[in-house]
Amino acid sequence: MANETPGLDQRDVAFDAKFFRYGFLAMMVFFIAVPFVNQAAGRDLIYLVFLMKVLCFGLFACAFNLLLGYGGLLSFGHAMFLGMAGYFSAHLAKVGLQFDQVTLFKVSIPLSVHLPPFSTELAILVSTAATGVLGLLVGLLAIRRQGIYFAMITLALAQMIFFYCLQAPFTGGEDGIQSVPRGKLLGMIDLTNNTAMYYFVLAVFTFGFLLIYRTVHSPFGQVLKAIKENEPRAISLGYQTERYKLLAFVLSATLAGLAGATKAIVFQLASLTDVHWSMSGEVVLMTLLGGMGTIFGPVAGSFVIMAMENYLSNLGAWVTITQGIVFVICVLAFRRGIVGELEALLRRRLTFRQFLFEVFAFRHHKRARDKKRG
Amino acid sequence: MDQIFGIPINAFMGQLLIGLINGSFYALLSLGLAVIFGLLNIINFTHGAQYMMGAFGAYFLLNKLGLNYWWALFVVPILVGATGVVIERFMLSKLYKLDHLYGLLLTFGLALIIEGIFRNEFGSAGLPYSMPSQLEGGHNLGFMFLPNYRGWVIGASLVVCIGTWLLIEKTKLGAYLRAATENPKMVEAFGVNVPRMITLTYGFGVALAALAGVFAAPIYQVSPQMGSSLIIVVFAVVVIGGMGSILGAVITGFGLGIIEGLTKVFYPEASNTVIFVIMAIVLMIRPQGLFGQR
Repeated sequence: MANETPGLDQRDVAFDAKFFRYGFLAMMVFFIAVPFVNQAAGRDLIYLVFLMKVLCFGLFACAFNLLLGYGGLLSFGHAMFLGMAGYFSAHLAKVGLQFDQVTLFKVSIPLSVHLPPFSTELAILVSTAATGVLGLLVGLLAIRRQGIYFAMITLALAQMIFFYCLQAPFTGGEDGIQSVPRGKLLGMIDLTNNTAMYYFVLAVFTFGFLLIYRTVHSPFGQVLKAIKENEPRAISLGYQTERYKLLAFVLSATLAGLAGATKAIVFQLASLTDVHWSMSGEVVLMTLLGGMGTIFGPVAGSFVIMAMENYLSNLGAWVTITQGIVFVICVLAFRRGIVGELEALLRRRLTFRQFLFEVFAFRHHKRARDKKRG
Repeated sequence: MDQIFGIPINAFMGQLLIGLINGSFYALLSLGLAVIFGLLNIINFTHGAQYMMGAFGAYFLLNKLGLNYWWALFVVPILVGATGVVIERFMLSKLYKLDHLYGLLLTFGLALIIEGIFRNEFGSAGLPYSMPSQLEGGHNLGFMFLPNYRGWVIGASLVVCIGTWLLIEKTKLGAYLRAATENPKMVEAFGVNVPRMITLTYGFGVALAALAGVFAAPIYQVSPQMGSSLIIVVFAVVVIGGMGSILGAVITGFGLGIIEGLTKVFYPEASNTVIFVIMAIVLMIRPQGLFGQR
């Protein structure tokens, strides 16, 4: 692998920066413009609720991708952060903190806390922080093993959280926490208005997205990449790789928590679906389909998967089957994902005609293979 | 004396028995996972779906073809194993040069497809599978009542586990297998057809899962979701045991089944999560697993 990886020459860096700049611009223009376009058209061309879902899951997938695409750690339990954050924020926004005692393994400690329902932004902030702590605990255990074991451990711990949510009194069991108030942002902006809510979600998403971009391109992100490529070498260079991995895990969990906390407010619901293992699988799928290790990939993946679920939602188990098929195709034939393929095409600086030809004839696969063989 | 630690002995023994039954499924499934992992370096996420296919296979044979339980014990593992061979040949074999995580992702996708297809056909409700007449009833052991079928499952899975262990540790075929785990290139140089061995190993592991499914059919409801929740627990079992040894997988499987059963007696709220808690503790003390090597 090592000698196939292209050197980080100046042109690559320039390309990456340009790709990000134009891509980010296009993405932002699209997301900002939709409400205006809807208004101009007089009807909903794209539902804002759908886009809010895409944004929440997009942030979730970006956070996941930080771990998998840049750190090489496949967490198969990321739903626990999305789901728990959702429960936290839904509970805080609806009831606040109200308890008289803390019960741990049949031992009750009297501790009286009575806080009224939190404001929306505070509920999101506090639950994001709490999810970060959960991420720290899980991370401390999980980074003790690598590769497949890491995936199995995170999956098992997420299942433990799932059973906890099923039984714990504050999560509402099978019903979940329903009719969570959306509240007012900073006491001023009424979030029951879908457009206001949409721009708030967009702001949260953009914050998380840029934070991830910044992290990936920081010295920390570079070390993370080095660990992914060759951990023993990173160790021999004196990096304490465990610490880097743990920090990446906590950051990823926290941002997944941010996505989950926001999602619970948007949809006014926190339920078991979000902590279930199939949600963990779904975020893997979004990232894989969009392109792991690419900055825009998870967003694209979230868009496609959400659209797919929307169209297939009446067909029951077909959603699962289609997801499975997309998984298999991605793994066998489409490992770079949508954005990865696009990036590879653009990187070759084709003319527009060549570009169309390549896209429609799928020639680049063969050409790249021939080139590699010399 | 009709109480143990303040628990009626009948309830205690009953849960112990359930624990042993669950344990035999954990053991059979983690054994299959360990066999596959040994040679292919892949964690077979489809294992749960293949276990479910085994149970459905038994159901089909009985209700469509009129073949009884004893036939199912032989026919189903072979049929499901054959599907495994196809999967290995046409999909998994394309991934060996890549990161092992791709194998996990592929088998996860396959599990989704299989589960989805069965759910589409049969809905989520469970289908009943009647117990073979020879194993109905039970024995009163004095301190508890042991239904014959449950005794049979525990015994039969023990025999299968020990048989597999003997096959791998004591026969020439097993020696090839272990050698190929260590160094496939070298074994191939000696004229052993390693790719075929890999294919058959995968098929064998899948067959073990299907056999567990047949065992499970009369006890649990035959339903499309029966595999997916079980497989996650089995993953935890595998992490606790470590994948290094076959015997380790078996012992851990039975042991954890018993612990889970006892938790149901003493602290029922935690019975779902106790295995995961044990996993967390083992990871803190001995990250490579109880029987694993670094």
